[in-house]
Amino acid sequence: MSQRAPLAHARGLGSAKEGAHHWWHQRLSAVALVFLSIWFVVSLISLTGAGYDQVYLWMAHPVVAGLLLLLVVFTFYHLKLGLQVVIEDYIHTEWLKVTSLVVMSGACLVLGLACALSVVSIAFGG
Amino acid sequence: MVSQERPLSPHLQVYRWQITMTMSILHRVTGVGLGLGALLMTYWFVAIASGPDDFADAQDLIGSWLGRLVLFGFTISLVFHFCNGIRHLFWDTGRGFDLPTMRASGWTVAVMTVLGSIAIWVAGYALRGGL
Ligand code: HEM
Repeated sequence: MSQRAPLAHARGLGSAKEGAHHWWHQRLSAVALVFLSIWFVVSLISLTGAGYDQVYLWMAHPVVAGLLLLLVVFTFYHLKLGLQVVIEDYIHTEWLKVTSLVVMSGACLVLGLACALSVVSIAFGG
Repeated sequence: MVSQERPLSPHLQVYRWQITMTMSILHRVTGVGLGLGALLMTYWFVAIASGPDDFADAQDLIGSWLGRLVLFGFTISLVFHFCNGIRHLFWDTGRGFDLPTMRASGWTVAVMTVLGSIAIWVAGYALRGGL
């Protein structure tokens, strides 16, 4: 027995016809995170027991800073898209759903900005 | 009125347990859990940018036994979500949808999650040279 749903039904038929766009972005961010999260975990392992100077120099390195910015962007975008689906699945009262979506998206944006600004301020010797 | 035998909606208590349903709900649980992990990541980045004192506070908090327990939870969540995410992406190519394959890939993810999470912490402690 196949558990496969016809892809035609999954793609492009979401509410407000935003389904295809959302679906692709969720996948693209997931693929990016496969590589970035491996790199990040390996980096964190290599930083266990490190003092402030070592962590600072690590983050200040241009390649590291660049990869961290990519990690931040893809993580919070993927999180926003994922939590959006969860909210749409469980909250059916229209005003509450819209409010939750706005608060959740705003939180992802603010947290992502805080991460990005931290990395940038270190990378530019703040 | 003719009373018909209507199909009943899924009734969780009488469903036979299957690895596939556990994997499915855990993907959502770990995804939301990792959202909290992203919160911790933000705290850590901001602490680094704030200077040595705030960084030391953050390291003490994260390095405490409770902090390490939480971090271990995030490790398991990430490794699971990572492995099962790859399972999802593989499905998206249109493959692996027959039930035996779905069960086998589900068990593979479960084993990889346990081994991967332990490997990460063993590597961390080994590099640190002890607990
Ligand atoms: C490490 C690499 C990652 C991969 C390969 C990955 C993969 C995926 C995939 C394929 C989905 C869609 C599942 C579906 O269609 O039901 C998904 C959902 C989700 N992901 Fe990830 N993900 C990764 C990392 C993360 C991270 C770091 C977070 C959190 C910061 C996260 C949070 C979520 C959330 C909240 C969902 C929605 C869950 C749901 O709808 O049930 N993911 N992920």
